[in-house]
Amino acid sequence: MTATALRGDPAGRPPGTALRPGPRRFREMPGQVGWAVLAWVVGLAFFLPVLWMLLTAFKPESAAETWPPKFVFSPTLSEFRLVFSGMGPFLTHSVIATVGSTILVLVLGVPAAYALSVHPVKHWRDGLFFFISTKMLPIVAAIGPLYVIALHVHLLDSIWLLIILYTAMNLPLAIWMIRSFMLEVPKELLEAARLDGAGRIREITGVILPIVSPGLVSTALICVIFAWNELFLAINLTVTNAATMPMFLISSVPQEGLYIAHLSAAATVASVPVILVGWIAQRSLVRGLSMGAIK
Amino acid sequence: MAVVETGAQPTPKVEVRPRAVSRREQWQRRLPLLPALIYVVIVTQIPFVVTLWYSFQSYFWSTPGGAHFNGVSNYKTVFTNPAFRSALVRSVLMTATAVILAMILGVAIALLLDRKFLGRGVVRTLIITPFLVMPAAAALVWAGPMLDPSFGLLNYLLEPFGVPFGVHHVAWLSTHALGSVIVVMIWQWTPFMTLIVLAGLQSQPSDTLEAAKVDGAGAFATFRELTLPHLRPYIELGILLGSIYLVNVFDAVRLMTNGGPGTATTNLPFYLYQQVNNAFDVGGAAATGVVTVILTIIVATFALRMFARVFQFEEGGV
Repeated sequence: MTATALRGDPAGRPPGTALRPGPRRFREMPGQVGWAVLAWVVGLAFFLPVLWMLLTAFKPESAAETWPPKFVFSPTLSEFRLVFSGMGPFLTHSVIATVGSTILVLVLGVPAAYALSVHPVKHWRDGLFFFISTKMLPIVAAIGPLYVIALHVHLLDSIWLLIILYTAMNLPLAIWMIRSFMLEVPKELLEAARLDGAGRIREITGVILPIVSPGLVSTALICVIFAWNELFLAINLTVTNAATMPMFLISSVPQEGLYIAHLSAAATVASVPVILVGWIAQRSLVRGLSMGAIK
Repeated sequence: MAVVETGAQPTPKVEVRPRAVSRREQWQRRLPLLPALIYVVIVTQIPFVVTLWYSFQSYFWSTPGGAHFNGVSNYKTVFTNPAFRSALVRSVLMTATAVILAMILGVAIALLLDRKFLGRGVVRTLIITPFLVMPAAAALVWAGPMLDPSFGLLNYLLEPFGVPFGVHHVAWLSTHALGSVIVVMIWQWTPFMTLIVLAGLQSQPSDTLEAAKVDGAGAFATFRELTLPHLRPYIELGILLGSIYLVNVFDAVRLMTNGGPGTATTNLPFYLYQQVNNAFDVGGAAATGVVTVILTIIVATFALRMFARVFQFEEGGV
């Protein structure tokens, strides 16, 4: 299914409609405003918990657990200072695991997607289905044996273990997405390159990669989101040497005492990188999630 | 393709076979696939085989002596254990509810976002944010600052509606634990559904919609007869992908309610986690895992038949 022309105002009025006075926009305005207001309400409602998290992060603990909840208070950075002083190694581990696994996903995924799209192997359907099937089996089912295996190969509590597992976690979706982006490459261009005598390598680097590079960006984005946010494997297979940001977040909930402002600050710091990246690359993300997945 | 009728004899049908692929070419095509394929096979199938192996053993970390073969005893336990069955049912309930509601909301919001209005980009940014928030952070923020009975924001916002009925300071995570967890799941995954459906809406050809409008079709009829069928593959994909991720939700359960109160919010991933972490029962967890895998395969095969179109992969090839 190829995306057809984007819906927009037609160039000219369809035959048969009488010209009505006034620009269409204004005539439909009351209805338009209603839907726009509703859209804003929904948007703000969805954003409210995030907004509350941000707000609470700047509160001193004494102002965080009050009734009624405080909207006006004197903001402080004290909780953030605590968070920044404690999160160093966790941040490093998260960055390494996320970036490392995403790079590995692209290195393995681009050739694989190529082999399943442009010059497909004979059983490409089976191959594609195999990759997707690995995602259907819950990772939780194998956590016990995974722990034992990791123990035996001395990879327990190692950042390499996380890189390896996160790559396997993201490869199926990445291959599916990259493949659908590659299918968009016009066949004429590939034919022309072949006629010019281009070999496989030049075909990939000269023709395909430039065209699918936005798709690669959105694929990488999604891999980063899932790897950065991953908790289950991290919490079960690491202790200190590879502990990631999600675990830092959990450690900010103490057994006793006030902690809500501190938790909000930690949650903010933990989430903000991915939120910012997602906001900035929004279009790419939308394109990747939807178009890249439909093929 | 126009068919021209002539009086001449019809040309004999020539079978156009695709260019035969030589053996060398076949291997050249396989080569780029091999690294990813071998990698995934090693990293996913070896643990699965080991899981299978341990499922036939009695292996408790707390007891010395390692693993002993005990046949299908673990499997018998799985099938007779009511805790497993209730976790399974709860998992299905949580996933189905979250997926369906998230998709309905997703379609509604996508329809809203499809129109041009002032600040549309900002609203879209606001709506995709829950999907970007770290699930662990979302769980902890909802559990504390949002839903806490003493200082939670939700109770404050709902005060005017509840006080007439004498209802206030609701302890959401005690009295409505399952609902609360499902709400967080929906909150995080509606943006995902919205984006997929929005792409579907924006790929809808404008001429058919204009023709419908000229014909005088109302908005609802247009939606039902034209838009919804066009959206079907997008909706199916959203449901499929969403289910795959939602059935594995762990963070919200562990961090909001720890499976409770009692087992009220225990889904399969959390149940397995408890078997390993609390009962130290590697053999039992392995057997539970294998049964889960088999059930997932059955469901996936069923889903494949239903959603065959999603897997109507477009063929590539030059």
